[in-house]
Amino acid sequence: MKRRDFLKAAAAGAALCSAGAAQARPNLQPPEHAVGMLFDSTLCIGCKACVAKCKEVNHMPPVIEGDKTTWDSARGLSGKTLNVIKVYKNGTAEVKDAKVNGFCFEKRSCMHCVDPGCVSVCPVTAMRRSPLTGIVTHHPEVCIGCRNCMVGCPYDVPQFEYNKTFGQIQKCQMCNQAGLERVDKGQLTGCAEVCPTGATLFGPRKALLAEAKRRMALKPGEIYNYPRGNVSKPYSHHEKAVPVYQSHIWGEKEAGGTNVMHISAVPFDKLGMPPLGERSPASIAEGVQHTLYNYMALPAIALAGLTYVVRRNTDDDNDGGEL
Amino acid sequence: MSAYKPLGGRILTAPFIFFAVIFLISLYFMAQRFIFGMGAASNLNGGFAWGIWVVYDVVIGTAFACGGYALAFTVYVFNKGQYHPLVRPAILASLLGYAMGGFGAFFDMGRWWQFYEIFLPWNWNFNSVMLEVGLCVSAYILVLALEFAPVYLEKIGAKGLLKTLNKLLFFFIALGMLLPTMHQSSLGSLLIVMGQKVHPLWQSWQFQPLLALLSALIMGFSIVIFEASFSTVGFRRASETSLLAGLGKIILGLLISFLLVRTVLLVVQGNLDQLFAGDRATLLYLIETVLFLIPVFILASPVNRNDGGKLLIAAVSMLLGGALYRFDAFLFTLNPGVGYSYFPSVPEIMVTLGVVSFEIMAYLVLVKTLPVLHREEHA
Repeated sequence: MKRRDFLKAAAAGAALCSAGAAQARPNLQPPEHAVGMLFDSTLCIGCKACVAKCKEVNHMPPVIEGDKTTWDSARGLSGKTLNVIKVYKNGTAEVKDAKVNGFCFEKRSCMHCVDPGCVSVCPVTAMRRSPLTGIVTHHPEVCIGCRNCMVGCPYDVPQFEYNKTFGQIQKCQMCNQAGLERVDKGQLTGCAEVCPTGATLFGPRKALLAEAKRRMALKPGEIYNYPRGNVSKPYSHHEKAVPVYQSHIWGEKEAGGTNVMHISAVPFDKLGMPPLGERSPASIAEGVQHTLYNYMALPAIALAGLTYVVRRNTDDDNDGGEL
Repeated sequence: MSAYKPLGGRILTAPFIFFAVIFLISLYFMAQRFIFGMGAASNLNGGFAWGIWVVYDVVIGTAFACGGYALAFTVYVFNKGQYHPLVRPAILASLLGYAMGGFGAFFDMGRWWQFYEIFLPWNWNFNSVMLEVGLCVSAYILVLALEFAPVYLEKIGAKGLLKTLNKLLFFFIALGMLLPTMHQSSLGSLLIVMGQKVHPLWQSWQFQPLLALLSALIMGFSIVIFEASFSTVGFRRASETSLLAGLGKIILGLLISFLLVRTVLLVVQGNLDQLFAGDRATLLYLIETVLFLIPVFILASPVNRNDGGKLLIAAVSMLLGGALYRFDAFLFTLNPGVGYSYFPSVPEIMVTLGVVSFEIMAYLVLVKTLPVLHREEHA
């Protein structure tokens, strides 16, 4: 009777599992030269120039609603829309950037997570995070379409083309996908290039974070010289009174942080941001996986034990190993 | 002479024709999905990328197919040879259930024509839980086919091959216990990275694999009882209640472990307040708990364990509880954010029903034509 031995092995396995829980890896850190964007909701006037430019750069058709053919009516991200401007409205919606009876605009596009869930879950490495820039790109040539990236993204960014016979995942790749490579060529992302108010700023993550912190520290009502384009070398500036910012830089820490960061005068939960902690769920999942499957050691031990026990028990039995 | 024999009898019975009709209807919707894309046949969207094809066909369907796994532990690890008569039908049901899961996964793949990319080692991402699930489920389908092969070889009288296979079978039996332990726990791990989208009552983080594994074993043993009871009634065979009663004790231990871990986590992870939220999630959690408590009360009594009817009630309750646990976590209480909702479309439901129908038809045909069920005088 090997039952006791088996129970011992099972207990040892369980102990290893629980030890592994404590060994989960820390969140990934941004690369030294990570690039990103800063979206300042208080500067956005909802012109949607960024939406149009994004479609042009990525060769995507506009979304037409009814007979409104003058502009793109995309309301959310989809296989045809990688970047969209959404509106927040409350009550009479009279005052810009007011939580009550106010309105404001919010950008939705890939946040380019520092510790991206989509990259962690992809079985075939079709989602990749650049070790240099931190940009998350998608590679449909190996994608099997399991859509775990969609499920694993806290912002629902990757979108599958459900309405095509041979669809693929679409997401913002910060204009740096193979064949476009705007960032590598020293250009701005499409959306940052055309933004008339500098609501969408491009630049190194560090410089963007510093700019965001600078704005948090400003006194409401003061005049500030807001840059346009690239935060490190703006092509122009404009002066504007400082709004009452929420003292919260979305993406500084959320789920390990993001390279695309948002600041706003309206709390982020009102703008549809998910309730994230600071720990990246990917780090927890990978900790569990790597504890259980490190060098396949645990499965190998378990298989050896099981093989031994089964062999022994089938030998004792007249039935042999027959099923 | 083998201790097993084909059940015989007509193939084209009324139930068989019923399932065949459902299957034929489902073929229409399957074609629709492949010709016009997934959107034409499903209500999947940007927030709910996984619908019933993943959650029912794969996540729940493979748990229903854990009978072979659970029974292999009983017979070959705990050396309870008396359960041997239940092994063949359980292996068959597992093979069919996992084949259905494999088909479901393929059918749900947005880029099915490149499915082989997951088998190419240079593509592998070892951080991915999905990689483990994909490879491990594929391997287990092959192992199940090998475990079932002796039945077919016996039928065609390939004695030499049968002898060789039987000599090696101990290794495949061991593998057949390792692989489900791996991928059934991983099905729970899939929820970890879904983070805050998963309701706190179901987001147990590092404990997802443990709870998934326990629920898989509970469902595996339940399906053995369910199938044995069903063939007793459906095929008018002698009752196997005395055999099944012993399984009751193992299940009782698993049930108590599952409930205990969940309750302790609820307190430790600080989600006790969610139980008093009084919303839909609370209700679903309570229904699950009741479905797991009913079998605890039934199986705690030795008298009940020997009562075929009560055993069946316990088994059905656990199957519903286990299925609901997975449905709740992956679908019913999932919150991908504002603006997204999901209810399966008619084609989605019909495809799933069609695949289940095919599975039942295959089971009926195979037990009638192959030596799967144990001879009654031995049972």
